[in-house]
Amino acid sequence: MKLEYTAEHQAFREEVRAWLKANVPAEPLQSFDTEAGFQQHREWEAKLYEGRWGMITWPEEMGGRGADLMQWLIFEEEYYAASAPLRVNQNGIFLLGPTLMEYGTEEQKKRFLNGMATGKDIWCQGWSEPNAGSDMAAIRSRADLSEDGMHYVINGQKTWSTRAVWADWCFGMFRTDPESERHHGLTFILVPLDSEGITVRPIPQLDGLPGFAEIFFDNVKVPVDCRLGGEGEGWKVAMATAGFERGLMLRSPARFQETARRLVALYKANQQSADEDPSIRDEVLSAYMDAEAYCLTTYQTACRLMQGGKIGAEASTNKIFWSELDQRMHATGLKILATRGELEPDSPDAGDVGRWLDGWLFAQSGPIYAGTNEIQRNIIAERMLGMPRK
Amino acid sequence: MDFTFSEDQLLFQESVRSFLVNENTPEAIRQLWETESGRSDALWAQLAEMGLTGMTVPEEHGGLGMSELDFVLLAQEAGYVALSEPLVNSVLVAAPLLAECGNAELAAEWLPKMASGDARVVVGLGINKLVEDAHCADLLLLEQDGAIYAVDPAKATLRANQSVDPGRKLFGVEFNSADATVIADGDTAQSLIANALNRGALGVAAQALGLAQRMIDLSVQYTSERKQFGVAIGSFQAVKHHMANIAYKLEYAKTPVYRAAYDIANKLPRATLSVSHAKLAACEVADLAAKNSIQVHGAMGYTWEVDLHIFMKRAWAFNSSFGTAGFHKQRVAAAILADDAPLGAGATF
Repeated sequence: MKLEYTAEHQAFREEVRAWLKANVPAEPLQSFDTEAGFQQHREWEAKLYEGRWGMITWPEEMGGRGADLMQWLIFEEEYYAASAPLRVNQNGIFLLGPTLMEYGTEEQKKRFLNGMATGKDIWCQGWSEPNAGSDMAAIRSRADLSEDGMHYVINGQKTWSTRAVWADWCFGMFRTDPESERHHGLTFILVPLDSEGITVRPIPQLDGLPGFAEIFFDNVKVPVDCRLGGEGEGWKVAMATAGFERGLMLRSPARFQETARRLVALYKANQQSADEDPSIRDEVLSAYMDAEAYCLTTYQTACRLMQGGKIGAEASTNKIFWSELDQRMHATGLKILATRGELEPDSPDAGDVGRWLDGWLFAQSGPIYAGTNEIQRNIIAERMLGMPRK
Repeated sequence: MDFTFSEDQLLFQESVRSFLVNENTPEAIRQLWETESGRSDALWAQLAEMGLTGMTVPEEHGGLGMSELDFVLLAQEAGYVALSEPLVNSVLVAAPLLAECGNAELAAEWLPKMASGDARVVVGLGINKLVEDAHCADLLLLEQDGAIYAVDPAKATLRANQSVDPGRKLFGVEFNSADATVIADGDTAQSLIANALNRGALGVAAQALGLAQRMIDLSVQYTSERKQFGVAIGSFQAVKHHMANIAYKLEYAKTPVYRAAYDIANKLPRATLSVSHAKLAACEVADLAAKNSIQVHGAMGYTWEVDLHIFMKRAWAFNSSFGTAGFHKQRVAAAILADDAPLGAGATF
C-alpha cells in the first residue's frame, strides 16, 4: 500500500489544472435542460475535445489520452474543483462509448465515437418502459427485421429518457423475438431521434424543466447496421453498459467531496443559526467523512481493477452509498438555510442559498435511476451475501 | 498510488483467519467464560508461535519489526472471532509504546519477552476508565497525572468489574507512584499517550469490522435455514435489506480503517483525523450489524443460546473503548472546521 501520488500523477494534475483554469467559462452555463443551455454545453464538449480532455480514458486514436483509472480520478478531482460544467454527453462517453468499444464493429466505432466525442451527437438512453423500469427483462417494445433483412421496424414506447428532448440519438433494447420472454430475444439498437415515426414527449422534472421524456416509436425504420452486438444478444450488451453505470464511471467521488466542502463552508457561514439544532453539526461531519470514504473506496477499487481485478456486486454498494449520501448532504444544506432553504438561487432574498435546492431536487432521483436502490439491495443480498432467492 | 494489500499480507490474513476460526470457536469462548481468568495460556502460546505477539516488536528485540499496517487485517480477524486474549492491544498499543518510550533498559527487558509470548504487557490510558486484562499482565504501563508509569502488578490493587461482554476483563487499578517507575512525563508523555490512543482506537476499529462481518455471516446462515410460511426467511426482501444495509456500509468503513493504519504506520500528521473517522465508521457499522442481526434472528437473537450475542456484546463494549463517539467527533470537527482545513476534491491524499 502506498497512498501517495507519483511525480507523473502530480504533473498530470498540474496540466489538467492549468488547462481548466484557462478554459472553464467564467459564468456558469445555463441548465442543459433548456434549449440554449443544451447548445452551450455542446460547445463546451467541443472545447474539451479540442484539448483532448473530453474522453481522457479513450484510446489516443479516438481523440482520448488512453488515461488509466488513476488519471481519470485525478482529472475528475480537478474538474469538479474548478467548477467546470456538467457533462451533457455523459450517456455517450461513459456508457455507450465503452460498450461500443467492446461490442461495436470497426465501422460502428468509426461512425459513432467521434461524433460522440465532439458533442455533435448527444445520446440518450432508451431502456426503461412504462412497465419495465428496474426490471429491464420486462421490455415489450418490438423491433422486427424487414423481409429483406436490411432494417428493423420499431414499435413501442420508452420512458424516463434523460435529455431525450434535445438529444440526437437514442440507444436501447428492443424485443426482436416476439415469442421470447424475459432477457432472451432482446437486441441492442442505436436509433437516430430524427427518424420518421418518432415522437418525443417531454416530461417536466421536479424543477419544472424537461429533463427527461417519453419516446414513442411508430413503425420507425432503422438500418440493420445500427444494431450493437448480435441479434438477441441485447441483454449481454446492456449488462456491460449497466455495469459501467453502477460502477465507477458515472459518479466520481470528486462531485460529492465538493458538495461536502461547500456544506462545511455553508455551516461555518451560518454556524450560529445552524447550531440551534445541534444534530446539524453531526450531519456536516458525517457528510465530510462519507464523501471521504466514498473517495477512499473508489481509489481502492480503481487500484484493484488496474491490477486486473473485476468489478462485481460491490458496484451495487457503490450506487446505494453515493445516492443516499447525496440526499443527506443536500437535506443538511437546506436545514442550515432554514426558511431560505425553499428559495431558488436567483430569488432576491436568496443570499448564499446557492445550488442547495436544485441539488436537493436532483438528489431525489439518485436512489431511483440506474436501478432503484431496492433492486441494488436485493443484488447485494443475493449475489454478494448469497441469501436465498426463493 | 496503491490502495491494496500485498499478496503476502493477504496470505497471512488468510492463515490467521483459518487458525482463529478453528481454535477460537464459540464453544471455546463459552468454555473460557467459565474459567476464572477467562484467558487461555495455550492459545496465547499458539499466537506467539505464529509470530503474532512480536509483530511490532523491533527486530533487535526479537520481533518481526512490522508496522501497524501489516497488523490491521489480523486485528480484523481477531474481531471476527471475538478474540479475548490481549493480542491487539499488545501489538498495537503496548509494544510500540515500550519501543518509543525512550527507556532503553525497560524496552530491552520487556520487548523480547513480549515477542516470545513469555510476558503480557498491558497499557492503561486515562481515556479508558478501567484497564483491560490487568489481571493477566506481567507489567502495567499506566497513565496518571500526565505521566506514564511502569507498574509491577504485584504492587498494585486490582478491582475486577464485570462487562456486558463476558469475554472482557476490566479492572480499576490503584498504585502508589513511589512504588513505580516514571517512564515519561511532560510533552514526551503527552505525545506517547496520543499515539497510543490512536493505535488503540485503530485496533478497536479494525476488530469492529471483523465483528460486523461475523454478524452478517451468522445472520445470513441463520435466515437461510430458518423457515416460516414454508420458505427460508432469508428470501424475504425485508430481511435481505436488513443484511444489505450492513454489507454496503461495511464496504465504506473498511477503507477509512486501512487508511488510518497507513497514516499511523507512516507517522502522517493527518492520522488523528483518519483514526477518528475510522473508529466512528467501524463502530457505527458494527452497531448496525448488531441491531439488524438481532432483528432477523427474531426471539432467538435475544437468547444466550445462539452465538450472535458473543459478537453483539463485543461490539457494544467497543463503542466507548479508546474514545467515545463524542470524543472522536470532536477531533473530526476540530480538523475539518479549522480555517485552513484541506477539504474537497483532490484533498484526500
